[in-house]
Amino acid sequence: MNLTAAPAECAISAAGETDRCLRIAGLSLVADAAGALYWPEERLLAVADLHLEKGSSFARRGSLVPPYDTADTLSRLSALVRRYAPQAVVALGDSFHDQQGSERLSLADRMTLGQLMRGRDWVWITGNHDPEPMHALGGLFTAAFARGPLLFRHEPTHNGRDGEIAGHLHPVAQVDMGGRYLRRRCFASDGRRMVMPAFGAYAGGLNVRHRAFAGLFAGDDFVAHVLGRAAVHAFAGAHCLPD
Amino acid sequence: MSILDRPAPAADLPDRFLRWFAQRGWEARAHQLELLARAREGRSSLLIAPTGAGKTLAGFLPTLVELSEAGSRGGPSAGRLVSTGRGIRREGGLHTLYISPLKALAVDIARNLERPVAEMELPIRLETRTGDTPVSKRQRQRRDPPDILLTTPEQVALLLASADAPYLFGSLRRVILDELHSLVLSKRGDLLSLDLARLFALAPQLATIGLSATVAEPDDLCRFLVPQQEGRVASADLIIAAGGAQPHVTMLDTAEHLPWAGHTARHALPEIYALIKQHKTTLVFVNTRSQAEMLFQELWRINDDNLAIALHHGSLDVTQRRKVEDAMAAGRLRAVVCTSSLDLGIDWGDVDLVINVGAPKGSSRLLQRIGRANHRLDEPSRGILVPANRFEVLECRAAIDAVAENAQDTPPLRTGALDVLAQHVLGRACGEPFLADELFDEVRMAAPYAGLTRADFDAVLDFVATGGYALKSYERFAKIRQGADGRWRVSNPRIAQQYRLNVGTIVEADMLKVRLVRSRGPRGGYAGGVMRGGRLLGEIEEYFIEQLTHGDTFVFAGEVLRYEAIVDNEVYVSRSNASEPKIPSYEGGKFPLSTYLAARVRDILAEPATWDGLPDQVREWLEIQRWKSVTPAARDLLVETFPRAARNYLVCYPFEGRLAHQTLGMLLTRRLERARMRPLGFVANEYALALWAHGELALHIRRGTLSLDALFDQDMLGDDLDAWLAESALMKRTFRTCAIIAGLIERRYPGKEKSQKQMTISTDLVYDVLRRHQADHVLLRAAATDAATGLLDIRRLGEMLSRVRGRIVHKALDRVSPLAVPVLLEIGREPVHGEVSDELLAESAAALAKEAMG
Repeated sequence: MNLTAAPAECAISAAGETDRCLRIAGLSLVADAAGALYWPEERLLAVADLHLEKGSSFARRGSLVPPYDTADTLSRLSALVRRYAPQAVVALGDSFHDQQGSERLSLADRMTLGQLMRGRDWVWITGNHDPEPMHALGGLFTAAFARGPLLFRHEPTHNGRDGEIAGHLHPVAQVDMGGRYLRRRCFASDGRRMVMPAFGAYAGGLNVRHRAFAGLFAGDDFVAHVLGRAAVHAFAGAHCLPD
Repeated sequence: MSILDRPAPAADLPDRFLRWFAQRGWEARAHQLELLARAREGRSSLLIAPTGAGKTLAGFLPTLVELSEAGSRGGPSAGRLVSTGRGIRREGGLHTLYISPLKALAVDIARNLERPVAEMELPIRLETRTGDTPVSKRQRQRRDPPDILLTTPEQVALLLASADAPYLFGSLRRVILDELHSLVLSKRGDLLSLDLARLFALAPQLATIGLSATVAEPDDLCRFLVPQQEGRVASADLIIAAGGAQPHVTMLDTAEHLPWAGHTARHALPEIYALIKQHKTTLVFVNTRSQAEMLFQELWRINDDNLAIALHHGSLDVTQRRKVEDAMAAGRLRAVVCTSSLDLGIDWGDVDLVINVGAPKGSSRLLQRIGRANHRLDEPSRGILVPANRFEVLECRAAIDAVAENAQDTPPLRTGALDVLAQHVLGRACGEPFLADELFDEVRMAAPYAGLTRADFDAVLDFVATGGYALKSYERFAKIRQGADGRWRVSNPRIAQQYRLNVGTIVEADMLKVRLVRSRGPRGGYAGGVMRGGRLLGEIEEYFIEQLTHGDTFVFAGEVLRYEAIVDNEVYVSRSNASEPKIPSYEGGKFPLSTYLAARVRDILAEPATWDGLPDQVREWLEIQRWKSVTPAARDLLVETFPRAARNYLVCYPFEGRLAHQTLGMLLTRRLERARMRPLGFVANEYALALWAHGELALHIRRGTLSLDALFDQDMLGDDLDAWLAESALMKRTFRTCAIIAGLIERRYPGKEKSQKQMTISTDLVYDVLRRHQADHVLLRAAATDAATGLLDIRRLGEMLSRVRGRIVHKALDRVSPLAVPVLLEIGREPVHGEVSDELLAESAAALAKEAMG
């Protein structure tokens, strides 16, 4: 692995000029503006908190919210898979909003997902919403997945090791853009570990200045890589505004 | 038809009633007898009468007479079950339903009605039913209903959404709708109209009586009161009570300096106090809660005579409000400072003066308020208007002229909202199962829904059943299903339970408690922990806080506060030493200036001959405007440009109200951005809009590289509006309200904590997804309709843009014009508490005014 050449490699790796190269645990990773993380050397794509079938989960309880969330989420994921053609995809848990979610997938969505998974390794990390494996889907189910210096898991741990890539918290940052306040999903990272933004269409957000993030990063010193429409923008955590 | 068309039938009252009237030294009034005669013929009527004309008694008289003639209903036959051929019902049973917009009003009317019932020894049982009625009593009322039930629209909806509704309402003879002019203005009126249509279907004998203040189009209300038939308009009879004396309305001719901006009318306090002292009982109306608080406190500060002055507004505790109302009725108060919470309601003691502080906003509203003074019809009500700034002087002048002509400007009848229809359809399915064809016919009997298309009805039905999505994936979660008999019913009892929790169209703003803490400095840390334990200041709307960010300052509870964080459903704030808050609160625009008054204000501006009637200070202001710039002709739009403090300003004067101006500001900003004018911000008030930019606006207009005609072209309501709506927070709030009323998402109740947030879906996300995948969904259409008249006021903006086409008058000035001063002062305008800050504010106002007038 050529660490010094990493930024250049990022640019070559079809990431385009709009995405951002992040260094985590000595690796160079691409933070895609769509809210996914790509590791060029390993051709590995990670997404967090898809919350598929959240709409139908609410429908079961009498809130008939629009059923387009799964298709919306999968179509954005498809675009990423087309763009990077990854060898492996890691879904960081809460991939389904509830344990029965996969059974409610529509035929069309099931086929989309099948096509996405075909020909590549697919790792489903279990989350608090979907703690049990759903073997019918195919792919590998695991509570944590290690590759190289990185450890992918659902919930970030306090005093966790370097290289931990987690989801669960749905980080959003609120920033002052010259008098206009923007609240957007973001990657939160201190260069050693990272909390990824939620990818699901119906996944809400938690402000990175919320106390749930306290203590995750040494000295609470981190950078919020905020998802813009086409680019990712870095803001020092201390410059992000609380709710 | 009015009472003038034929003489009132004489002595139609039974002896018992004649004796009762005589004992009290009263005589039945013509309109009371007229209403009785119409009711005897089984006809529905609308009674328009001024306050104090015995409107409520008139409404109940037919019912009291009928029930007294029916003999004792407590006799052996009462409670006997009889077959009607359409079902079983109790003999006797519910006779009259009285529906009021306020539950306090229902309770009051019941109390007032008990007296004649007792004194005439009428065999009548009357009861109230509100959210406060104990469950046991509510159950008993279903089983064994009173003769007269006094209640609210929401309770009627709940009663109708049950299987025993035909039993309960089958005997109903009359519905009395009080304060109808107010009920029909909102979605509550839509819901009420649908319930009324249902009642007409359940009770073929039913007739209605509407009670209303004077409105611009009484025919609208007459249609509301009776079932509409396909192809022809049906109307209730119209009865107009003889008017009282012409009200006597004047404007306070202040000896003080008239402020340029602001809504406090602080300059006139000693004069208001003197007026209170000169009169027996004064009502002081203001437009917002914060104004009421402020005025009340300031009056007590100078209340050297310890006059009994009280406060009454909607966010005060109910028991406290009742106390004020009781003290008022007992004549123990000299003055009450109040908001629109008193626009409605029962007669209160002997008010001899109404003072309206601030802009009247509409001539009908003003007439209704002034009608509160003096309940003897033969004497004129006295009202005094106190404008809080110079533009309000023009508005007051226009309103006084309108009152003199008795001109009304109440809005036209609404078109029934689709989200309300969705709620009603679910309610119907909770009651007796229905056939779609029958329900469609029934719904179209309601006047606001008379024009409903079958396609819209089917879309709503589909929405209620499975969400109304092109993607049919929710069949198994359907809330209502069609049985083998073709009838729709709820799929399970839980859905009915959900409906009952969600009923109603009032979506209250979520309120957050405001707690004073010590500031943690500009950098801050994670919210929580260190700052707990401060004093509670009160409650504030969540949507206001949502637009703030850490460090923003705003005024609350009379202080400039700095926003720190939201912690566990509380807003943490600290004291700020800022002299002006960064975020003004927009409460001043709660009631937009009526289109009618706006036109009259434009007429005054356009016609210098009418300026003679204005105070000297205001006339001088307009004269200098004419000299330095121009006063626009009535149909023109004046656009002024001028440089100021390294920025280039554009100020226009549409007079269409703050909401329409804000929308215009958003859209113009987008266009100026595209024209590379680098716009920086804008501010709106009721009369004008000011934008400022880096770009040389005047230069580009002169050179023709920026066209005002193109800038103000109506096509901004196309793509620009659409693009803006996609991300507009106001649009998302509008959508949220529709989603809650339609039952898409559940209401949040106080006590349901925010920690449950992950168990909810943000309606903003739902809005985004729905726009992307089904832009023509019925809820998006409902929200767009609301936005046209609601928070975005797009319809009014559209009418204005079409009015000024080719009539834009541009004045390139080298400094701010007199007319522009008020709107420029809106930048950080909030009244600032404390003497020193006041001076600072006054100084900056004086400097700006000198620049313009000097």
